[in-house]
Amino acid sequence: MIKAILIFNNHGKPRLIRFYQYFAEDMQQQIIRETFHLVSKRDDNVCNFLEGGSLIGGSDYKLIYRHYATLYFVFCVDSSESELGILDLIQVFVETLDKCFENVCELDLIFHMDKVHYILQEVVMGGMVLETNMNEIVAQVELQNRMEKSEVSDQ
Amino acid sequence: MALKIVKGSIDRMFDKNLQDLVRGIRNHKEDEAKYISTCIDEIKQELKQDNIAVKANAVCKLTYLQMLGYDVSWAAFNIVEVMSSSKFTYKRIGYLAASQCFHEGTDVIMLTTNQIRKDLSSPHQYDTGVALTGLSCFVTPDLARDLANDIMTLMSHTKPYIRKKAVLIMYKVFLKYPESLRPAFPRLKEKLEDPDPGVQSAAVNVICELARRNPKNYLSLAPLFFKLMTSSTNNWVLIKIIKLFGALTPLEPRLGKKLIEPLTNLIHSTSAMSLLYECVNTVIAVLISLSSGMPNHSASIQLCVQKLRILIEDSDQNLKYLGLLAMSKILKTHPKSVQSHKDLILQCLDDKDESIRLRALDLLYGMVSKKNLMEIVKKLMLHVDKAEGTTYRDELLTKIIDICSQSNYQYITNFEWYISILVELTRLEGTRHGHLIASQMLDVAIRVKAIRGFAVAQMATLLDNAHLLTGNTQRNGICEVLYAAAWICGEFSEHLEDPMQTLEAMLRPKVATLPGHIQAVYVQNAAKLFATVLRKHEGETDSHAAQETSQLLIDRLPLFVQSANLEVQERASCILQLVKYIQKLQQKKVEVAEEVTALFAGELNPVAPKAQKKVPVPEGLDLDAWINKPPSESESEDEKPKAVFAKEEPKHSRSRHTEVDEKELARRREARKREQANNPFYIKASPSSQKVYDAPGVEHIPVVQIDLSVPLKVPGMPMSDQYLKLEEERRQKEKAERKKEKKKKREKRGKERKADSGPESEEDIAPAHQVDIVTEEMPENALPSDDDDKDPNDPHKALDIDLDKYPTVHWFPVQKSSKHKKKKQKKEKEEKEKKKKKRHHHHHHHSNAGGEDSVQNGTVEEEEPLPPMSNYFLLAENSYIKMVYDIQGNHQDESKVVVSVIFENKSDSFLKSMEFNVLDSLNSKLQRPEGAGAHDSLTVPFQLPPGISNEAHFVFSVQSIVMPQKLKGTLTFIVKSDESSTHEKLDFKLHFTCTSYLITTPCYLYDAYAKLLESGDLKGSSLRLEGINMPFHHLLARICFHHHFSVVERIDSCASMYSRSIQGHHVCLLVKTSDQTVSIDAKCDEPSLLGNVLDEIKQTFSKC
Repeated sequence: MIKAILIFNNHGKPRLIRFYQYFAEDMQQQIIRETFHLVSKRDDNVCNFLEGGSLIGGSDYKLIYRHYATLYFVFCVDSSESELGILDLIQVFVETLDKCFENVCELDLIFHMDKVHYILQEVVMGGMVLETNMNEIVAQVELQNRMEKSEVSDQ
Repeated sequence: MALKIVKGSIDRMFDKNLQDLVRGIRNHKEDEAKYISTCIDEIKQELKQDNIAVKANAVCKLTYLQMLGYDVSWAAFNIVEVMSSSKFTYKRIGYLAASQCFHEGTDVIMLTTNQIRKDLSSPHQYDTGVALTGLSCFVTPDLARDLANDIMTLMSHTKPYIRKKAVLIMYKVFLKYPESLRPAFPRLKEKLEDPDPGVQSAAVNVICELARRNPKNYLSLAPLFFKLMTSSTNNWVLIKIIKLFGALTPLEPRLGKKLIEPLTNLIHSTSAMSLLYECVNTVIAVLISLSSGMPNHSASIQLCVQKLRILIEDSDQNLKYLGLLAMSKILKTHPKSVQSHKDLILQCLDDKDESIRLRALDLLYGMVSKKNLMEIVKKLMLHVDKAEGTTYRDELLTKIIDICSQSNYQYITNFEWYISILVELTRLEGTRHGHLIASQMLDVAIRVKAIRGFAVAQMATLLDNAHLLTGNTQRNGICEVLYAAAWICGEFSEHLEDPMQTLEAMLRPKVATLPGHIQAVYVQNAAKLFATVLRKHEGETDSHAAQETSQLLIDRLPLFVQSANLEVQERASCILQLVKYIQKLQQKKVEVAEEVTALFAGELNPVAPKAQKKVPVPEGLDLDAWINKPPSESESEDEKPKAVFAKEEPKHSRSRHTEVDEKELARRREARKREQANNPFYIKASPSSQKVYDAPGVEHIPVVQIDLSVPLKVPGMPMSDQYLKLEEERRQKEKAERKKEKKKKREKRGKERKADSGPESEEDIAPAHQVDIVTEEMPENALPSDDDDKDPNDPHKALDIDLDKYPTVHWFPVQKSSKHKKKKQKKEKEEKEKKKKKRHHHHHHHSNAGGEDSVQNGTVEEEEPLPPMSNYFLLAENSYIKMVYDIQGNHQDESKVVVSVIFENKSDSFLKSMEFNVLDSLNSKLQRPEGAGAHDSLTVPFQLPPGISNEAHFVFSVQSIVMPQKLKGTLTFIVKSDESSTHEKLDFKLHFTCTSYLITTPCYLYDAYAKLLESGDLKGSSLRLEGINMPFHHLLARICFHHHFSVVERIDSCASMYSRSIQGHHVCLLVKTSDQTVSIDAKCDEPSLLGNVLDEIKQTFSKC
């Protein structure tokens, strides 16, 4: 199970947060800060797994992250997930964003947090991996966007 | 109407949308909070409007603010409004907001049930999809209960997009509403074979999550998953299934056997690292679940280790990390295979990545042996010096101590070396772990008597150089070691060369700057040293020195009397008065040393930390009962207590005490001793609990001369390195000597033998000291571990549902409560674990029943405890040696059993070159190494010093197991005493009972058990035992223990039991008892096996 997905930039500013377990807002912010603190001090050429954030998880949980340019994508997962599998999944997610936004950059995430959420919803649902096939994800996202557009033109 | 819509859209043009909000926040960096609060006010206004578009826009902005940490729960109702919009665009916004901020405590959730139901059954698949996605995040027990049916219907939706979402969300529904699992399960199972790969993957995902928590309920799905594994090409699905198998194999060894081949193939064929890694992981799990005693899976282990080595050597840090992680799993069961990669792991210690260094450290922990401990610790010490960050350095420090102290200092051959390491560690500045080092120093000094002299000398040096430790910073954690140093010097002051000097060091004014608890120990131990000094000078005619000492204390102690710390103050003033009194006596030339020493007489024994907790409550002691009658409320009795305060009473009782004469005292003491000896609950120092490390060849130990006048920093080489060098030399020497001996032997025999000059085995390394590690005391019949670490709040507990329904079969006793069954199973498990432990324990003496190690059970049942039992039977015995043996089968191989023989040296001589041989029969053969002849004997892989016992395992292959069998054999060995060595032999008969072919197999599935009995394949037989005079649970435990059965179900005086032979024969028993008669109805698919097993059971009970 995935417990949380956090995207923040090099300064720790959240760009998307998705908790699959309830935490109050101030706790969520603490978790983001702690996670940022843990992840940001690591070099780019060290491994992408981290044991132990004290606030989220416990011994069964791991932080698995990737760092792209200005953004960190962090998944907090338990031992039922394959470490390398989740790394691949982050890659799939980012590539999907790249396709949907056409050369995605931090600004896209800043101004279209809602759209990023809708894309993520096609990848992970309730903490479980829903789809790993990028083409399928993109197709579903586009179909829904088209539906939205048709509704706008109806108005 | 149209006008209203137009007006609405015009309004919207002036509203901020999400992008405007974000832009605004970015433009107000200075007063962000203020800007946001105005925005929230705007949003509140927008939410008051009727226009749903405006509302949706406001909710969308709130979702963004929620991410920034603003509580938006006040808008929950508006979110519900937006969710119920008929437009997909708004609905989606609403559900997203709900999924971000709704939780079980949100009260408006109960308003959503009908809306969600409507969306779930919407004709538009994306409405349904959005509802499912949202629900997956905020489903509550109520929602789960109300919507479970709707979602179950969706699992068969025509669109795979909906099906996969419905399947996935079922897991969340199960968690919140466990009752739904049973009805939904058949359909979920069906989805494993859905034509759409996404749906299939979702179903695998859900079942894996379920099975991870309660694996035994999903064993029956194993064949289906096996099929999926061999047919699926989706790596994601494969990974999940392979991980699931990793959880299932410990429960079903046969599954593991089947898995090895396809997994090995995958390892060879796949190019995906993630898949390869999970395969390796599961193969490891399989190999762990199969017994490690059998040799034939070494190829798989080798493959795993090889692949992991490739991962660790990879430049990709992720692979390196995972490789190390998996390696540590292998290490637990196959340490040998990992140890050969020590170089690689030590290399990882140099890695720049801390995660990798920590993993490598973990591995080192399990890799040490007597042989390499010093070398590994030396490497770690180098790292300690190099490490820049204190956290990593502290981690290294704790690891060094962990590694050295593990399993009761098992791997330390030279405690002087260890003490030196500890002293070197005190040089670390700013470490938090001063107390850890201190407790190690104390532990070693107390428990290893032989080392006390050395330890005291080292500690005295530490005390003398205390200024180096306390140094610049006051809050330096390392000064904790002074606590240990002072205590050791005081307690074992008889070993001190110059107690006066140490005493002086302990009373320096600078000591007053140490933390209070350390000062207190200083003061107390100064008194002990004082006693030692007095005694030393007692004999001398000149009492000047002794008086000087008293004066020293009288001069220095007032400093401590002024201490702000109560403890220090109290002790100091007490001791000061004492010393003043002593000084007076000294001036009168009274001999006082004897009496002062008596103040500190007696030795402290180490007591295990949990000892107190483990003392069982003695029979008949009710802790809740009143000791005295509770004070009664009645008036009349109130008068009586007054008498207690009468003046004569206490006086009287006192005088009586003093009247007791010596004789009476002696008599009482004797009586008490007798009582204590008979009282199992009395904690006494039993010599049997001491582990004796006998050291052959002690005479070769070089006497280490260390110049103690050089404080701490030895120029050039640190002290511990000297030990390493000395140790190497010593081993070289020993090895050479052994070789010489061997040569001699060979010449003597005049017969060529296989040269055995390979790497030295663990047993060969003799400790440098005659070391007597005092084990921590425990009450004699301490209760076994009480660790029940299952979280009672775990939501998965409720999902522990046996999905294969039990049919009602008359052969079963009627099931009353499942509690009993669990207890029993737990007990079985404990028993098995104990047995396992026993097998891995070497250097342990196993006697017949009653021995320290024999299995004790009866801890689970509330009735009286079981007598100790042992499965080891006497094999043969003469004046030199005693052999006891046990035979165990294993599911792993249907034609092999392992005979465990414990050899005990009963003589005062050294026993060596033990060779074990049996005359094979057609049916049973001893497994000999490849290339050995059919009649060659096997060398027992150890030697036996006097009084020592050790266990060896021999593998036998058997063909038919339906008949018991006896094999004749011989043990030859050389008895070596100081003057001579003689050849001796001992004949024996190995008895392979039919019982020894049975394996305790817990029957998890009632279903299977019932089917088995119904099937009619089994032949019946029965047995009556008369005059059995033992509690029923003892009887069952005996059958379980001696005949390898497990209880399937027990109701009152009736129980069904199950076992399986190594060749897969099922043996079922129904045991009933009434009065003193026990009847056993038995069924088995092999009648002659059954007959023999019943005969053996009968024999077991005729013996007692």
